[in-house]
Amino acid sequence: MSDQPSDDAPQDPAEDAPEAPDAPEETAAAPEPAEPAPAVLPEHEGWLAALAADLGDDIVEAVSNHGDLVVRVKREAWHRAAEVARTRLGCEYLSFISAIDWLPRPDPPNWDPDAPSAPVQPKEMTFGAAGGEGRFQVFACVESTDDVTQVILKTDVNEQNPSVASWTDVFPGADWHERECWEMYGIEFEGHPHLRHLYLPAEFEGNPGRKDFPLLSRETKPWPGLVDVELMPGSDEEPAEEASA
Amino acid sequence: MSMTEERQRAYIGKHLAEAQINVELHHEDMVLNIGPQHPATHGTLRVVVKLDGERVVAADPVIGYMHRGYEKIVEYRSYPQVTTLINRIDWLSSFANEVPFIHAAEQIMGIEAPPRAQYIRTVLTELSRIATFIVFLGDMGAQVGAVTPVFYAFRDREHVLNLIEAATGGRFHPNFNRIGGLKDDLPSGWITETRRVMGKVFESCDTFENLLQGNEIFHVRTKGIGIIPADIGKGYGVSGSNLRASGVDWDLRRDGAPYLAYPEVDFKVWTHPGGDSFSRYWVRLQETREAARIVLDLLDRLPAGPVMAKVPRIIKVPAGESWVRVENPLGEMGYYVISKGATGPFRVKIRSASFSNVSILPWVLKGVYVPDLITILASLYFILGDIDR
Repeated sequence: MSDQPSDDAPQDPAEDAPEAPDAPEETAAAPEPAEPAPAVLPEHEGWLAALAADLGDDIVEAVSNHGDLVVRVKREAWHRAAEVARTRLGCEYLSFISAIDWLPRPDPPNWDPDAPSAPVQPKEMTFGAAGGEGRFQVFACVESTDDVTQVILKTDVNEQNPSVASWTDVFPGADWHERECWEMYGIEFEGHPHLRHLYLPAEFEGNPGRKDFPLLSRETKPWPGLVDVELMPGSDEEPAEEASA
Repeated sequence: MSMTEERQRAYIGKHLAEAQINVELHHEDMVLNIGPQHPATHGTLRVVVKLDGERVVAADPVIGYMHRGYEKIVEYRSYPQVTTLINRIDWLSSFANEVPFIHAAEQIMGIEAPPRAQYIRTVLTELSRIATFIVFLGDMGAQVGAVTPVFYAFRDREHVLNLIEAATGGRFHPNFNRIGGLKDDLPSGWITETRRVMGKVFESCDTFENLLQGNEIFHVRTKGIGIIPADIGKGYGVSGSNLRASGVDWDLRRDGAPYLAYPEVDFKVWTHPGGDSFSRYWVRLQETREAARIVLDLLDRLPAGPVMAKVPRIIKVPAGESWVRVENPLGEMGYYVISKGATGPFRVKIRSASFSNVSILPWVLKGVYVPDLITILASLYFILGDIDR
């Protein structure tokens, strides 16, 4: 373990190189949602124009991210965005609907940030492509099977009372995705015929997808690779500590 | 005479009325549980159906018996640890599961696997496809009452699994992909052996075709059953062979963002206009053959060189997000990876094919007969791990 940094040293440029183009773009795009145009690839401009023709000012921000068009719309325009994508862009295929909780994850107790394979996350709230506002974001991907049109739509929802319009009347497949999103993130979908648990038992309480919902196995064991030495019945603690060391 | 006749009529009339009432009483809807333990469910899918006689009035699939919460768990893992988990999503084609996640991480890091690694990944993905579809071809027979194909299927799949095991070390869970390439190069003699096995795959496809399509019962049981129109299928997010069997000419290997070595392969995308159980079987049969052809084609042109790009010893993926979806054996599989510059992902949305493929069940099962329900479940072909994640 101790000689790892020296091994890494010659490869450091390779590690830093991919970060360099990304980092300024991220920081520059987030605080200035006023100028989305330069961030969009030429092949996405047509799709964005088609969306903007109907949605207008409801588009908060749009960027091209690794070849995908990511459009963030206002919460009120979420349902109309689906209709427009379906009718104007021909995106009849619903890939998924889900949510992101941007809250930094509180570390579990006993979590050792220096453990070699314990992934440590940053402690400040930052947002991804097309920015964000507040803790929860609902995002979805719709595609057209006739050409390569694919749009990722995002919208911010209120943290205290997260709710957004349901897409079930536009895409019938939204039913299950929204039920999953509702049980995992506690986001209400207005107009959904019957929001009920999909994966979890009906009496389950809480929203496991949220970052502040503890993962029980990590509460007891900080990271999965940790050697777990159990005491033999009748033995003292001494030999167990030797074994783990 | 007339008196008795009258009495007789009254008697018959009364009994008829009673019989009528009895018939109505027995006409109530019945709720039947199919699963969670049923051979057609490939795991533990439960379908609660409301029956009117033998006809399904309403169907409600109950899922979650195998929900493992991968989207939550991966937030606590580092990138190399994640592939171990996502192997278990669709366990019949585990290698194909790893590819989009690794690809998404590579995309954010801005590195690319060397060409040889890309080709080997493509070959192994196609081998997973063959292994998955051979099980389907056998299972499809079993669900209509023909038990023989199952034995052939598990015998022939073993040849393909042996290849995957020889190359990766694992029959089911290879965990062979690394960010930036592959763990190892192919063992010596593997290419010759693969060519030989592909011959066997063509043979076994012929066997299945004879056994299933040569049997009239199979045609009767599958044709015109469980029709999914293209627009309904798209709305539900049905993908892969299931959508191509509804006449939609859409294959992410050809139409999606370029990935692996597919842009350099010339292959046919098979479609069938039927949309019924038979079409779904037929498309998969052709795709098995096509996959074997792709493997043979790629092996002829396998480039030399390293199988691993230069990557740092400790993988740190810079802040960013990436959505990569690929054509897996079961349909469109995608990972939306969000990274915040740590050694582990911040959030991963796993879009699995079977989840959407099965979500159409309430629609497609309406009005079908119970025995057809089983063939529809078999022809949609899902893996429970791929629904529940």
